[in-house]
Amino acid sequence: MLGEGIIQGLVETARNFFGSYVEKERLVTVEYPEERLPLPEATRQFPFLLYDGSDAEKGLRCVACQICEKECPPRCIHIEKSKDKKPDFVGKPQAYPAVFNIDVSVCMSCQICVEVCPFDAIRMDTEFELSTSDRFGGLLWTKRELAKPNEYYQKIHPTEAAETDERRAKEAADAKAKAAAAAAAAAAKAAQAASAAATTPTAAAAPAAPGAASGEGAKGTSNGASTNGSSGNGSKPHEVKTVVKP
Amino acid sequence: MTLAGGVASGADQVFVLLKHWLVARTPGPLQALVSILLTIIPIIVVFPALFAVTTVLERKGLGRIQNRYGPNRVGPWGVFQPLADAVKSLTKEDIVPRTADHVVHYLAPLVLVGASFLAYAVLPIGRNMTAVDLDAGVLFFFAIGAATELAVFMAGWSSRNKYSLLGAMRAIAQMISYEIPLILSSVAVVMIAGTLSTAKIVEEQARYSDGLAHWYVFTPWGLAGFILFMIAAMAETNRSPFDLPEGESEIIAGYFIEYSGFKFALFFLAEYLEMFAVSGLGITLFLGGWSAPFSFLTWIPSWIWFFTKLLALIVAFIWVRGTLPRLRMDQLMNFAWKFMLPMTLVVIFAAAVWRFLPHGVAGSVAVGLVVRWLVCALVVAGPYVLLARGLERGRKIEKRTYRYAE
Repeated sequence: MLGEGIIQGLVETARNFFGSYVEKERLVTVEYPEERLPLPEATRQFPFLLYDGSDAEKGLRCVACQICEKECPPRCIHIEKSKDKKPDFVGKPQAYPAVFNIDVSVCMSCQICVEVCPFDAIRMDTEFELSTSDRFGGLLWTKRELAKPNEYYQKIHPTEAAETDERRAKEAADAKAKAAAAAAAAAAKAAQAASAAATTPTAAAAPAAPGAASGEGAKGTSNGASTNGSSGNGSKPHEVKTVVKP
Repeated sequence: MTLAGGVASGADQVFVLLKHWLVARTPGPLQALVSILLTIIPIIVVFPALFAVTTVLERKGLGRIQNRYGPNRVGPWGVFQPLADAVKSLTKEDIVPRTADHVVHYLAPLVLVGASFLAYAVLPIGRNMTAVDLDAGVLFFFAIGAATELAVFMAGWSSRNKYSLLGAMRAIAQMISYEIPLILSSVAVVMIAGTLSTAKIVEEQARYSDGLAHWYVFTPWGLAGFILFMIAAMAETNRSPFDLPEGESEIIAGYFIEYSGFKFALFFLAEYLEMFAVSGLGITLFLGGWSAPFSFLTWIPSWIWFFTKLLALIVAFIWVRGTLPRLRMDQLMNFAWKFMLPMTLVVIFAAAVWRFLPHGVAGSVAVGLVVRWLVCALVVAGPYVLLARGLERGRKIEKRTYRYAE
């Protein structure tokens, strides 16, 4: 009959109307500022910088390698490399960002910076209440606003953080072991060289040929500790030079 | 009884007495002016206030229909939401398109609100509470209602925007199409009451036999006429499901797309004022105006009855809005010309049948009433069933294939 559907519809909406006062489960609204849903662990908003320990300046993991700056699709990251260096978590001297700015009004939360970072220094934050009255300065975050402790990371992304921490601990341990082994080898070599020198004094140019070994030895002494120079990457001769020069 | 009766009639006439008291205390030359102001100002204050209440009620009601809370931030349960809305619309920038016809663009909302307010002049909102008791009150109401169409087209044309023009075109087509069933369904009442004066039509219905009022909605033709009237009223005031002139999906906001700030608020206000006015006319014509449905309820002041009925109709408007989706343009026109128009003609015929059937059968008024009721109901229901069947037959519902989309 004509009009029957309208009556059925009116009954349905009336049922919804009164039902919403009786059955609380009908109202799915979460009244946001007072009530909040727990965020999923994979939530991501904008990047932040991780630091170890309690001092944000000293413990910052970022070494200003600028990979994220280059990879960032909307180019929202701006990094200025420091002139000096400080030791990283394995004790190796590394540069640090003198300036690290992220313009979150440009950032598109793609997480590419996180994926390319070889130092686990940048991660995605879950903070989303970021309104500000200053749309230029207020949305340009500097190093000071970006730096957050590792404990915070462990809190917001527990699974990811545990995985990262485990890997870093292993890396540090490996580095230590390798350094110890290298130091032992160097010591053995030095002892051998010393004995060789003692036995054959004519070989004056001998230390120059195994430059790496002697360089390592020199660096090891100059830095006091014996844990560096172990990564064995391509930049070693360069490092040797810079350290030896002063 | 006399004391109670006195109190009741005092409460009933409290505004009328107050006005007379105030007018009597003004100096002679000013009396006419004060009397006019005291008639107009309450209308200008009360109905926009009702508009403010309705907006929040509507949003809450629609929310509940959709299993949401609705606005609940401003004040307790969001009751101060209209204040926030008013501040917002008053402080917004008033933008006029560069190529718009500035004068007409400026005048359109004013004409619309003015026409909407004028319609209240003939509405009896209580016993002896008609602003202007015109002999041709119903005619005046529809004439003023047609003036709003002019304002709508002024807005649509002067904005110089294709969407606003399309919206105005749609609005005009719709309003003219539905004005016919709106007027024809009230013609039945005018025929029975024998007068075009709104106050007299209410007085006709404010009589009681066996405790029940003589409201026209209690007759078969009146019930059908009332339903048709309210459907046409919904279309006339561009309320959902007939809100094509402002169909967001196609023409964004229709004829008021180029209006912002306070002018937009005026359009919004006018839309609701029209809705109240046409509901008020529906109450006047079919629901007995300010009269009580039962004789033992006549002690409740007449203006309370009017506003109670008005609120009930507003609730019905909101309920329908929350239920039905928007019609398509061809559906709208088909409905107006193929269903509404024939049915209103049937209602007029049924009203004539009601009027000319013998009022007493076998010497009994009650039996005569039952016979009249049955005959009249048959006169309305028969064509309705036939019409419904006819409309259903032509419609084939089959699986639609999109030739070019596959």
